[in-house]
Amino acid sequence: MISMEFLIASAIGVLTAAGIYLALRGRTFPVVLGLAMLSYAINLFLFAIGRLAVNQPPIYEKGLEQFSDPLPQALVLTAIVISFGMTALIVVLALRSYLETGTDQVDGTPDDDSDEEARP
Amino acid sequence: MSTSLIAAPVLLPVLAGTATLLFRLRRRAIGAGISVASCAALVMIAALLMARTFGADPQAYALGNWPAPFGIVLVLDQLSALMLVLTALLALAVAVHAVLTGLDRKGWHFHALFQFQLLGVNGAFLTGDLFNLFVFFEVFLIASYGLMLHGQGAKRLTAGVQYVIINLVGSSVFLVALGLLYGITGTLNMADMAVRAAALPAGDRGILQAGAFLLIMVFALKAALVPLHFWLPRTYANTAPAVAAMFAIMTKVGAYSIIRTATLIFGDEAGAFLLPAALLTMVLGYAGMLAARQLRDMAAFGLLGSTATLLAAIALFDEAAMTAALYYMLHTTLAAGLLFLLVDLVIRWRAVEGAGIVPTPAYKGKVALGVLFFITAIGFAGLPPLSGFIGKLLILAAATPAPLAPTIWGVILVTSLMGIVALARAGSSLFWKADSSPPIPETRPAPDYTEAAPTVGLIALLVVLAAAAGPITAYAQSTAAQLFAPQGYITAVLGDNYGSAAL
Repeated sequence: MISMEFLIASAIGVLTAAGIYLALRGRTFPVVLGLAMLSYAINLFLFAIGRLAVNQPPIYEKGLEQFSDPLPQALVLTAIVISFGMTALIVVLALRSYLETGTDQVDGTPDDDSDEEARP
Repeated sequence: MSTSLIAAPVLLPVLAGTATLLFRLRRRAIGAGISVASCAALVMIAALLMARTFGADPQAYALGNWPAPFGIVLVLDQLSALMLVLTALLALAVAVHAVLTGLDRKGWHFHALFQFQLLGVNGAFLTGDLFNLFVFFEVFLIASYGLMLHGQGAKRLTAGVQYVIINLVGSSVFLVALGLLYGITGTLNMADMAVRAAALPAGDRGILQAGAFLLIMVFALKAALVPLHFWLPRTYANTAPAVAAMFAIMTKVGAYSIIRTATLIFGDEAGAFLLPAALLTMVLGYAGMLAARQLRDMAAFGLLGSTATLLAAIALFDEAAMTAALYYMLHTTLAAGLLFLLVDLVIRWRAVEGAGIVPTPAYKGKVALGVLFFITAIGFAGLPPLSGFIGKLLILAAATPAPLAPTIWGVILVTSLMGIVALARAGSSLFWKADSSPPIPETRPAPDYTEAAPTVGLIALLVVLAAAAGPITAYAQSTAAQLFAPQGYITAVLGDNYGSAAL
């Protein structure tokens, strides 16, 4: 049986690695995907900082000894809202910049073999 | 007096920004008037708060009256008040400049974005909660994305995409740092975190340091320190110069956050890499000024270098150096804003060759522009009699006892010389050298000289800064003393008995 800690930790690790790799690419679309993955990794990480526990009540009744920490969940909500809005903005910006400059390279300089690389 | 006035610098821009949205299509002058009036009111409120806080203990305002550390507090101490005054003064000059030059009519929602940026910056200076600091960072960054792209154009869009991407990565790292710090201390309130971090068992200190390192890294990214500086010259050189003038305060938000968290929570060990990085950035920034072929690049690299000078003083991390840093912070923010506004005037009044540092035939207003450039260059490069000289002198004096003193002295003096050479070369090219190209026809109308009013206002502020150096350094001294005795801040937020009860 794989522990929950291992699952969460490896999920965060894989998402972060993929996010960083994609964010370092030269074209805007992979970069946007990379930033999205990075923000998923951060959301998971923030979720886990309240410690991993199951079957625990929220802060509700007096005298509770063991309860789940509600603050990380509030933080995650805020982070999700901000990163969602930011992803939408960067998509629009990338699109505008592609339409105005004619290239989807992040540095704005078109490359010679753009046709070859653009194909999936 | 009640403490609710502390919330005014955050609330006023929200209301003003929203109100300007009503005057989007018609009667835009009313929207501009609201924006400028809001900036002027902010100057007065900030001055009032500053007068109230001088020599007094920090004051906390609990939002919604939820007691700290459970609710979010706004905390006003001398450093916050100083930053609020600085922001408001710069904002007023930039807002008036934008209205006079018609920049606010080149796109939608200039004033709303401008006010929301002020909201974010003021909030970042006031908040006593780390997550709230993140939120205010996002608020002014989002507004800055809009402002940066204001006026549009292909180059600006490309630079804008890079600017947004780098800041999104920065925000992610900010959240990781917050997660680590919350996970280990169980709080996000800065004062509470200071108490709990001091009481942390030795085994947990490693995670605290990792969180601190990541957090300082994010602030260093905002302050554009080597190796996190690549975004700044491109962004600032490609946006409208007046917007870049307002952005001069954003690098200072990074510097402010370093001061706040280092003095309150982390101590100086978290910033051990700051001093070498700052010295390297200074060399790079002023070398970039020398190499620049157009004025906007030169101003952007100048901002990079002068912010690094400020961070070098902060990194020395003692009371005398902090006093010098605070004085220099006032100077460098105003001077960098002034330089960008002047660049805008050169572009507009000359109306040929854009921002290129090249000689042109005579045109109307050239002499007036030359005089303004001369004074600005003296102020920016740090020559007497303006305030930059006093600021650099204070930093040099404060650096004398440091172990790296010869290096710091060398770097500051050499980079100042580089700045002087760069500005002198630019000035002589722009205003002195003869040009053989066909003369500009006499019939071209003279520029609108009232456009120079905010520039002259900023020059006057630099003169005041130099003339009133005594009282201002006294304030900075008292601020530095307050920063290095964080117990007052903690008591203001958490009450008298909290610290001892938690321990």
